[in-house]
Amino acid sequence: MRGRPIGALNEARIRKKEENVNIVACVKQVPDTEAQIKVKADGSGIEEGGIKWVMNPYDEYGVEEALRLKEKKGGEVTVVSLGPARVIETIRTALAMGADKGIHIQDAAFDNADAYTTALALAAAIKPLNADIIFCGQRAIDGDQGQVGAILADMLDIPHVAVVTKLEYTDGAIKATRPIEGAQILIEAKLPCLITAQKGLNEPRYASLPGIMKAKKKPVDVKNAASLGVTPSVNMKVVKFTPPPARAAGKIIGGDDPALKAKELARLLREEAKVI
Amino acid sequence: MANGVWIIAEQRDGALRKISFEIASTARKLADELGQQVCAVLLGSGIEGLAAELAKYGVDKVFVADDPALEPYTTDAHAAAAAKIIKENDPAILLLGASTQGRDLSARLVGKLATGMGTDCVDAKIVDGKLLLKRPMYAGKCFGEVTISSFPQMATLRPNVFPAVENPKAGEVVKFDPALDPAKLKTKVVEVQKDTSGKVDLTEANIIVSGGRGMKGPENYPLIEELAAVLGATVGASRAAVDAGWRPQSDQVGQTGKIVSPNLYIACGISGAIQHLAGMGSSKVIVAINKDPEAPIFAKADYGVVDDLFKVVPELTKACKELLA
Repeated sequence: MRGRPIGALNEARIRKKEENVNIVACVKQVPDTEAQIKVKADGSGIEEGGIKWVMNPYDEYGVEEALRLKEKKGGEVTVVSLGPARVIETIRTALAMGADKGIHIQDAAFDNADAYTTALALAAAIKPLNADIIFCGQRAIDGDQGQVGAILADMLDIPHVAVVTKLEYTDGAIKATRPIEGAQILIEAKLPCLITAQKGLNEPRYASLPGIMKAKKKPVDVKNAASLGVTPSVNMKVVKFTPPPARAAGKIIGGDDPALKAKELARLLREEAKVI
Repeated sequence: MANGVWIIAEQRDGALRKISFEIASTARKLADELGQQVCAVLLGSGIEGLAAELAKYGVDKVFVADDPALEPYTTDAHAAAAAKIIKENDPAILLLGASTQGRDLSARLVGKLATGMGTDCVDAKIVDGKLLLKRPMYAGKCFGEVTISSFPQMATLRPNVFPAVENPKAGEVVKFDPALDPAKLKTKVVEVQKDTSGKVDLTEANIIVSGGRGMKGPENYPLIEELAAVLGATVGASRAAVDAGWRPQSDQVGQTGKIVSPNLYIACGISGAIQHLAGMGSSKVIVAINKDPEAPIFAKADYGVVDDLFKVVPELTKACKELLA
C-alpha cells in the first residue's frame, strides 16, 4: 500500500461519483464504564466474569458520523472489529444502527495484540475496501492508549485528524475541529483520510427494533491472521496488572458550622497537605 | 545497537511547553542509569534559540529542524521530520509528553517506526537495561506494567507527574534537514481559535475545582468559579453536569472525559460514580464536599466535609482568600 497513489485515485473517484462515499468505521468491544475492574490474583490480566461488554463509547461517535455521512452523500458503511467471538455482538449493534456490512477479525493469535499489531490487522482488512474515509474512536476506554487510529492511517498512507469534535465535508476534503490545550484548531485534510472521534462530534442513535431485525441478515465476513496475510508481532506487553494504589483513610471534618468547617479545611490544605 | 534516550520537545508559538522539561528531566534520569546520552528533537520555524532551555534540563544534544512547513504543528510534517532523524540515529528510548500534540505525534510515529509504546505513563524506570513503564488502564481502575521489545521503546508521559529538574548540560545544537515532500503533506491548519480566558487545561492544572449534579444548575457555577479564581484553579465537571448541558464537554472529568492528576482536586456536589473516580483517582490530594455522607466520593477523599456545598463553598472561598492574602 505504501507508495501507491491511492489518494489521487480516490479523489478522482469521489469527484466523479460524489454520491457514493465508501466509509469504514472501526469499533472495539470494551467493558462498560460502570464496570468494576478486578485484577486477577496472579496479575496476568483482569477478571472478565460478570463484565457487561459494550461498544467503546468513542467508537459510537465514529459509527454515528459514518452513518450521517452515508445518509447525506450515499454510499456504504463497513464496520470492522478485532476480538474474540463475543465481539460479533458489537458488530451487530453497529449494523443495527445502520451500517451495511461487517468484518470480524477473530484469531487467538491476536489475543494480546498491541496497537501496532491491531493496526496491522485492521489495515489488511480495510485496504481492499479503498475507503474514502475511516472513523475510529479517539481512544478505547479499556487500554486507554489512543494509538490505533493514527498507526492505521500511517499504514494506509493517508492523513488523519485525531480527537475531532466537529466535521465538515467539502469537495474531496474535510475540515475537522480539534480541541487542544487552550485552543480549538480547524484542520483541513484531503480525502482519503482517517478521523478519530471525540465526544461532542454528534449524539449517537439507538438501534431501532427493525434495525436490530435487519442486522441479523447483514453480511459479516470473518477473517483471521492467515486470511489477512498478517503475522502478529507483539512488541508492547503488559507484563503485570496491578490494582490502583490504595489511598489512606481520609479525614472527615466534623462540626455543625459550615463556616468553621470551611476554615478548618482551608487550614489543613495549607498547613498539613501543603497544596494551597 | 539502539543507543541513547531521546525526547521530542514540544513548543507552541515559539515557547517550550512545561511538559518538555518534564520529559527532558525524566530522559536524563533514565540515560544516567544506562550511561547514555540525552538527545532532543526540536521542530518548528525560528526556534533554534530554544535549544539552550532544553540544555538546562539535562539535554546533551539538540537536533533542530527549522522549516516554515513545521509551523504551526501538523501531524504529517512533524511525524515525517521526526521519523527521519530517529531512523538515522536509532535511539533505545523515545519519550514524548502525553499532551494533545504528543499523543497525536507519538501514535503516528509508532506506525512509522514499527515499534511499541506505552501512553500516558506515570512511572518510567530502567530494569535489566530495559524500560519498564507504569500506566493507568480503564481510566485508572487498574494499572499496567509495560515493557517494549522493539526499538525505540516509546512512551508518552502524563503531564504534572514527572518533576522538571534543572541539570545543565552542553545542549550542542545539530541542525538537520527534515527533507519534507510538499506532495506528502495532506493536512493544514486553517484556523486557530484561542481560548482567551487564560484558563489552564484540566490535564495540566495544579488545582481543579469540580462541580457535579449537586450544583443543581448552570447558574450556580459562579460559586465554584470564585473559589477556583482564588486558588488559581481550573473548573471541571462530572458527566452528569455535562450531559445535563450545564457545562461544556471540554470540562468533563472521568473515563469518557479527561483523566486528570492535579495536586489538589476539590469535588463539590459530586457523588463519585465509578467512571468519575477513575478519571480523578490519581490526584495527589482529594477533597469532597457533599451533603450525602454515604456518597462514594468520601471513600477516595483525603478530606471530607459532609454539608451543603452552597453553605461550605462560599466560606471556603473566604477562608482561602484570607489565608493566601
